[in-house]
Amino acid sequence: MPTPVHSSSYSNGPAAEQIGKIRETLLLMASLTDRNLSLALRSLVERDDKLSDAVEAEDSQLDELEVSLDELVINHMATHAPVATDCRFMLVASKISSNLERIGDQAVSIARRARELNKEPLLKPLIDIPRMAQIAAGMLRDSISALIDRKAEMAQEIIRRDKEVDAINKQLARELTSFMLEDPSTITRALNLTLVARSLERIADHCKNIAEEVYYLYQARDIRHERKA
Amino acid sequence: MSTSPTTIMDETTPTAQSVEVVMNPASPALDKSSRFNAPTIIDIDNVDFYYGQSKALHGINFPIKEKLVTAFIGPSGCGKSTLLRCLNRMNDLVDGTRIGAGSIKISGVDIYDPSVDVIELRKRVGMVFQKSNPFPKSIYENIVYGLRLQGINQKARLDETVERSLRGAALWDEVRDRLHTSALGLSGGQQQRLCIARAIAVEPEIILMDEPCSALDPIATVKVEELIHQLKQNYTIVIVTHNMQQAGRCSDITAFFYMGRLIEIDTTEKIFTNPSQRQTEDYISGRFG
Repeated sequence: MPTPVHSSSYSNGPAAEQIGKIRETLLLMASLTDRNLSLALRSLVERDDKLSDAVEAEDSQLDELEVSLDELVINHMATHAPVATDCRFMLVASKISSNLERIGDQAVSIARRARELNKEPLLKPLIDIPRMAQIAAGMLRDSISALIDRKAEMAQEIIRRDKEVDAINKQLARELTSFMLEDPSTITRALNLTLVARSLERIADHCKNIAEEVYYLYQARDIRHERKA
Repeated sequence: MSTSPTTIMDETTPTAQSVEVVMNPASPALDKSSRFNAPTIIDIDNVDFYYGQSKALHGINFPIKEKLVTAFIGPSGCGKSTLLRCLNRMNDLVDGTRIGAGSIKISGVDIYDPSVDVIELRKRVGMVFQKSNPFPKSIYENIVYGLRLQGINQKARLDETVERSLRGAALWDEVRDRLHTSALGLSGGQQQRLCIARAIAVEPEIILMDEPCSALDPIATVKVEELIHQLKQNYTIVIVTHNMQQAGRCSDITAFFYMGRLIEIDTTEKIFTNPSQRQTEDYISGRFG
């Protein structure tokens, strides 16, 4: 990797090797997740079932990497008893990995809905869903960039974008409900689009979680649930 | 739609190959499943050991693998240092000691066979002690001491050995300008690394370390631990330590001893995350010992 994800206290030796491997696995997961999300969205927009199949086929790699990363983390914690930044990185790496794996699951869900939607004509032009997807995919990419570039302030900005996705999701749900009320023959397609929107809303939530973890890693302050408290 | 299939990091664009590399590391030390498949260099076969009438080791039986770091842990009096000292017959120097049963083979040769030259054995199996013990000579003379004993006096050969050994012990840059000053002027950590350099000067296959960091401060300890990690590229290392975290940090395989018996041996990750024996878990958790 060209840029260290976090500044470890180890420069070489087994600890540095283990941390490097955790970092490598995490970034590989991020890259795979990003690709699978892109493929899932293209399968919907381009109405291409082959892309849906690819998303489902590649999801198992993410699952394996998640398990592998957690094993590396627990081994490192048990054998090196990390402290300070290294200790936070262990916790954060495991949580980010879990969020990435769930984003991968949502990509699979979108790909499956796309396959259903591709069987019938479009219910309406796809406008809101691509907008949501653009914001969610941007949040994913930026949250990983914040991790790589150590930008805690960028993480805070990403967290704010989650509200935009929530707003579009609510507005789209209202619109699709009206379609279903007016014409019951649209119910299946409208429900599938609702589920795609809900997956994108969940993806944005996971990206928000990742951004919060990045903030915690670099600022050592937990900003989860702050507004609710 | 403007969402493009770009990836986050071009240089980490995943491929089947990159996933394979992460899941199956090339380094045997990282790949814990392959560690027990490494070649055996020391075969400890049902060894009983006695100090006079007192039995200190009971049926110790396990292999030590080549070019890995094996740590012996356990409470005081558990037999870990006794076993270590059996591996290069250092216990021969203590009156009334004997191997009562079993054998220790290095590269297939029983080291307690009467035909074995003990001096030659200790050349192959070097040792670093708890307290650094440089000779009251210059840094240079400390390193070449073993070679001079072997009758090697060619300056070029000695110079080459001094530089190679000090580089190997990560000490060269710190002492290159004062090779002919007294070794006793070095700091404790430097003296210990000098002793490691002296041990590797005679090109052993195995290095035994008996609590090598217990007299060192944390910074010097980190340097010696990093050195151990580098040395295992070329040597098999067996280390006795009271410091469990040190065993965790430096070793590939950990053996836990209690009251002269081997309780458990496994990969260090397994011992520290999910030991099979209750006694091991109690010890590494600090509940006794």
